[in-house]
Amino acid sequence: MEVARFWRENQSRYNMQGKKCGACGIVYFPPRDLCPKCRRESIGKMEKLKLSGKGKIISYTVVHDGLPAFSMQVPYTMAIIELEEGPKITGQIVDVKPDEVKIGTEVEAVFRKLGQEGECGVIHYGYKFVPKE
Amino acid sequence: MREVAIIGVGETKFGELWERSFRDLGIEAGFKAMEDAGIAGDDIDAMFVGNMSADRLIDQEHIAPLIADYSGFGERNLPSVRVEAANASGGIALSQAYMSVASSVHDIVVVGGAEKMMDVGEESAAEILASTADQEWEAVFGATLGSLYAMMARRHMNDFGTTKEQLASVAVKNHLNGSMNPDAQFQRAIKLEMALNAPMVADPLGVFDCAPLSDGAAAVILCPWEDAKKYTDSPVKILSCGQAGDYMALHDRPSLTRMDATIEASKKAYKYAGIGPNDIQLAEVHDAFSISEIMAIEDLGFFEKGKGGKATEDGETALNSKISVNTSGGLKAKGNPMGATGVGQAVEMTLQLRGEAGDRQVKDAEKGLIHNIGGTGSTCIVHILGRGN
Ligand SMILES: [Zn+2]
Repeated sequence: MEVARFWRENQSRYNMQGKKCGACGIVYFPPRDLCPKCRRESIGKMEKLKLSGKGKIISYTVVHDGLPAFSMQVPYTMAIIELEEGPKITGQIVDVKPDEVKIGTEVEAVFRKLGQEGECGVIHYGYKFVPKE
Repeated sequence: MREVAIIGVGETKFGELWERSFRDLGIEAGFKAMEDAGIAGDDIDAMFVGNMSADRLIDQEHIAPLIADYSGFGERNLPSVRVEAANASGGIALSQAYMSVASSVHDIVVVGGAEKMMDVGEESAAEILASTADQEWEAVFGATLGSLYAMMARRHMNDFGTTKEQLASVAVKNHLNGSMNPDAQFQRAIKLEMALNAPMVADPLGVFDCAPLSDGAAAVILCPWEDAKKYTDSPVKILSCGQAGDYMALHDRPSLTRMDATIEASKKAYKYAGIGPNDIQLAEVHDAFSISEIMAIEDLGFFEKGKGGKATEDGETALNSKISVNTSGGLKAKGNPMGATGVGQAVEMTLQLRGEAGDRQVKDAEKGLIHNIGGTGSTCIVHILGRGN
């Protein structure tokens, strides 16, 4: 993915900055400018909200055929995590043996290197998840 | 709205077709369909071409006029449209063409689908496929398309007790069907152990849980039902189509174990056709991954939620059983040339409803459903086809 496209989303990727709908209270991550439940009612009412990064795994997989940018990391564990505030997100689970990852495992976000564009390319940073202490 | 018929079908072999170019494939499928319909180029009003990613796969934008030109329509200034909806590009090309004939905008229309995937390496192909999910919030963190389907499979196993053997039985059935299809990429039956012992792609999905990369093209010709008998003694009727969408990213959807786009698209298709799932004898469903066939046969209403794996293992979706699913071999064995896949499903269903499917013919096939998915389920298109009379 191009540098500019990645950079534009850095605020959210670095700080887990989401949005809360002022009309219904549902929290969204990544941030949305329109609540899909309230639509028109939500315009102008989507408030910034920093997420705790804490949540639990609702599904996971160990990836053996990875994307080129992650080829140094295979096998790696991907999961969908339901955050305490409600939204679900996709991320890598690290610092854990694959067989210790289960549905229901509690995790928290950490700031890590995500991937690299080629041998000496730009390094991307963002959140990954580790089991909660 | 006019009723619409399929009067001609054609497809290339699907597979690793190193010696064939993108345009060769598109033209071959188109010629075969026109030959089958016994129709001259002068009768065609428009062309719709399903194609996912020619720009990234063969470095060519604007492929609709390219295919139209090399099919001999350059001189005639034929209008042509490329349709992109990831792996559902072909199915959506069919629905757009269907609507253009049903609404009397066009009379005779060619629907093509073509994809040339083998010119790029497997790694580039994996990146392109992952970009049919949400690039910025799924793929960027390392999610491949297969890994997202693997998370659906894991959750389905957790919630309903679906087993790896049940997943593998999808591949066993589809390879057996593919062994009877001369256009299929894989024409050899496999044993359950072979699928179970294959290398992992994204746990719990192994190599045999995933459709291959393929080159291929397919085409069908549509015309108003009232004119169909002029061209063929065995027209097939498009009884209905239904399309639905969903959140782009898998994680934004309420459930990992059902595809709401499939549920909604099929509800519309059943309603417009005035029938229900029990009236269908055969279906081509989107088995890009074994779990997607299991979820599809549940979401389309053929089996209760959670029972799709058991039904497959018990042979209820085998040829000439309760419902014959993926008689062509499906995406798994027939092959999955992205933009061509949905059009290829229409080719198979037309052959079945005409009684021309050879060794894999379903007895007394009256009504069949075809189901095509884009991404992880953010696009779904369902068509119901019926035998003409
Ligand atoms: Zn709201």
